[in-house]
Amino acid sequence: MTVNELIKKLDLEVLNLEDGERSIEGGYTGDLLSWVMGKAESGDMWVTIMTNVNVIAVASLTDCACVVIAENAEIGDDVISKARTQGINLLRTPLSAYKVCNEQILL
Amino acid sequence: MSEPIRFHFDVDGENFSSAGEASVQVKRMLRQIGISPDVIRRVSVAMYEGEINMVIHANGGDADVIVEPNKITIILKDVGPGIADIDLAMQEGYSTAPENVRSLGFGAGMGLPNMKRYTDDMKIESEVGVGTTVTMTVLF
Repeated sequence: MTVNELIKKLDLEVLNLEDGERSIEGGYTGDLLSWVMGKAESGDMWVTIMTNVNVIAVASLTDCACVVIAENAEIGDDVISKARTQGINLLRTPLSAYKVCNEQILL
Repeated sequence: MSEPIRFHFDVDGENFSSAGEASVQVKRMLRQIGISPDVIRRVSVAMYEGEINMVIHANGGDADVIVEPNKITIILKDVGPGIADIDLAMQEGYSTAPENVRSLGFGAGMGLPNMKRYTDDMKIESEVGVGTTVTMTVLF
């Protein structure tokens, strides 16, 4: 599945879209950044409610396919602009992290 | 690539929001010189964790990355408080990070274990009240 397909199927809000054709190979959910850093894999959809600017660095370093911010967690403009400069696909949804993963698996 | 390529960064201890900048830059530069994605990931994750540690605990420091034909060495040096018990610090889940840092998603006690996991060799030299130097090597 591509990031574009995920956006369409789950009706995700697009905060930054760098490469919509990037393939999603798997997924990871978590808010403790070091935990995510150690466990998330390249090509993952990373679902989190954490929205500080370090999220973008972690997404970049783990080479996630996209970051999905769950539960419409508030996110600053500085973080969105960081996603733009780092080329990170950054999406948001009112769904909980559990529901996002569940829906993604069913797709 | 016969001569080692060296990168140096000053890690700013004041600015938590820019923590990770050096690692992201290293990632970009390693990609430009054609290092494999797996090695880039290991180097940049290990360096990021070290960089965050320096920002949380030591008010910043110096980061050096040396790229040789078959290995990358990362040297992180700070003049922070030092680590009293390195074995304890290496345990997953053990952290002395303050509450404000935890609320940002750090302080899970995974930093040093991640650094060890992602590198082929890690050496910690630390003296309480003097500082800490962490040297990590990734072979390829």
